[in-house]
Amino acid sequence: MSSSLNSVNTSSAGSLSGTAQRSYREPGPIVIEIEEVTKLYKMGEEIVHALRGVALTVRRNEYLAIMGPSGSGKSTMMNMLGCLDTPTSGHYHFTGKDVSLMSDDELADIRNREIGFVFQTFNLLPRSSSLQNVELPLIYAGLSPTARREKASQTLRAVGLGDRMSHKPNELSGGQRQRVAIARALVNNPSIILADEPTGNLDSKTGEEIMQLLEELYALGNTIIVVTHEEDIARHARRIVRLRDGLIESDLRQS
Amino acid sequence: MQRFYNEFIESCRIALAQIQANKMRSVLTALGVIIGIVAVTLMGTAIRGIDTGFQNSLAMLGEDVLYVQKWPWGPVEDWWNYNNRPNLVPADADKLNRIIAATPGSLLEIAVPVVGRGSPVKFEDNKVNNVFTLGTTADYARINSVEYQEGRLFNESEAGVGREVCVLGYDVAEALFPGRPPLDQMVRIGGHPFLVVGVFAKQGEFLGLFSFDNQVVLPLSAFQKYFTTRRGAELRVKAKDKNQLAAAKEELTGAMRRVRGQLPGERDNFNINEQQAFKAQLEPVKSGIAIAGLFITGLALFVGAIGIMNITFVSVKERTKEIGTRKALGARRRSILMQFLIEAVAICLIGGIVGMVISYGLFMIIQQVAPNFPVAFSPDLVAVSMLVSVITGIVSGFLPAYGASRLDPVVALRYE
Repeated sequence: MSSSLNSVNTSSAGSLSGTAQRSYREPGPIVIEIEEVTKLYKMGEEIVHALRGVALTVRRNEYLAIMGPSGSGKSTMMNMLGCLDTPTSGHYHFTGKDVSLMSDDELADIRNREIGFVFQTFNLLPRSSSLQNVELPLIYAGLSPTARREKASQTLRAVGLGDRMSHKPNELSGGQRQRVAIARALVNNPSIILADEPTGNLDSKTGEEIMQLLEELYALGNTIIVVTHEEDIARHARRIVRLRDGLIESDLRQS
Repeated sequence: MQRFYNEFIESCRIALAQIQANKMRSVLTALGVIIGIVAVTLMGTAIRGIDTGFQNSLAMLGEDVLYVQKWPWGPVEDWWNYNNRPNLVPADADKLNRIIAATPGSLLEIAVPVVGRGSPVKFEDNKVNNVFTLGTTADYARINSVEYQEGRLFNESEAGVGREVCVLGYDVAEALFPGRPPLDQMVRIGGHPFLVVGVFAKQGEFLGLFSFDNQVVLPLSAFQKYFTTRRGAELRVKAKDKNQLAAAKEELTGAMRRVRGQLPGERDNFNINEQQAFKAQLEPVKSGIAIAGLFITGLALFVGAIGIMNITFVSVKERTKEIGTRKALGARRRSILMQFLIEAVAICLIGGIVGMVISYGLFMIIQQVAPNFPVAFSPDLVAVSMLVSVITGIVSGFLPAYGASRLDPVVALRYE
């Protein structure tokens, strides 16, 4: 893991703010390497070509947005990147390991250790407290209860929710819920943070706050991939990949 | 291992939270299991009670006592062959005892003659009809391990001169002497006066057919003085070692053939009965009751199990999105499987415990209301029903839990 990320999780500081700034960074080692990936779905009688052969390389500490209209293969791409799904053909290397041929349980371990998911609908467990929600990936990682509590509460403090640890999701605002979700994504020091429409269920002001948080995480050295259809959101990223009809239409870096 | 343990604890926590969150549903589902467990445990106690009663009854016959009789215990087809056998007479016991004494290393200890009839027994205005009246020698004490409520058995000299003394069965004494000491009172047995020298302790019924407490024991010589022994006697023969009963039986057969003067090749004209014969006869009846009972009550449990399966299916369906989220966060198939299995098992276990408590309550009530009803509650029954509830949970929860563990995370996450 990057040293800066470790500093997030070990620092007792209550906030990440103050370090964010837009700057170009030297690209790090390759995290994601996709080659000629295709994905076919059977929808009844019809075969849908969700991806028709895409290639993508993501390096450490990139901030990437994947865009495209519905039906462009955006969701499939995100499932693939998140190791929730495997390609029909082609190769997907995640930090050097070929995940295309992995079993369900191996993929589960990769998701647990390497990928932090942030969902549009937050996907918090409704009857569990913020702390319990953030602890979830650590349970599947096999940490002891005390280590879990410690790590989870640190991460919650880091996203500014130190005073909301025992609140249930229905006692939190939308922005706070998404912060809990982001803490959950961060807690296991993943290689990438994969956010699927992270502001889709938030008003624009709260959405902007969440994007600011992602910006801070990026500044701390995290690799962030945001899947979105909103130009405003994508503008935060340093690189925008546009999909259309299962192919990459454009892949542009922006300063 | 550590990981498994953590996941296990977490699954238990989730299960309890889930049950708490869906109280009504969990209670209704557990009700099926409760009814099943109550039915099964009550049937279990009944079967065990029957078994215990049966064992007690057999013990009354004496584990090491062989009964030499004209008829075998149990049904016979060619009854005329048995009917034509000569009766056994009390003198056969003396002959038998002489042979036993003359046999070095004999496996037999002693033979005691017993004659019997039904007689009315009366004291003042109290009367008990058809009391089993048994005539025997003072050696009866050696083959019968019964305790005395008070008094004693008649002694050898009383028996030798045929004194009119008797020992009353517990119920007979209760009926004739309510609230009074029976010792040294004169009762009338079949119209003849007898002095009460002892009262047997309560023994209970033999398989509910015959009460050992409804009998009176007299010296054989006194019996012969007043009552006929035309119907013949039986010999009760005590073996030295109950573990060598088969060999003792063989020896007794040979000795009895000598007593009866039977020629080689002739069929035995007597039967040697033992408690084993009852066992062999009643065992199938007992297991028949057990199988039928457990099958019927097992159906109740089966219905309960279907309820658990159904609710686990519902639970999986409801929480499809949660399953997707957990999988996205790194839950393996095993973790999801365990989570739902533990939930099913937890409901079953709660049902099992509640069912157990209810059964125990019912058992106490039965004991209060009908003390003679054969029920027996035991700790291993508790263990067995807990085991049964856990297995019920695993079996009924497995299918839905397995389905949940195999869900595609992409599909599960998209589920609304």
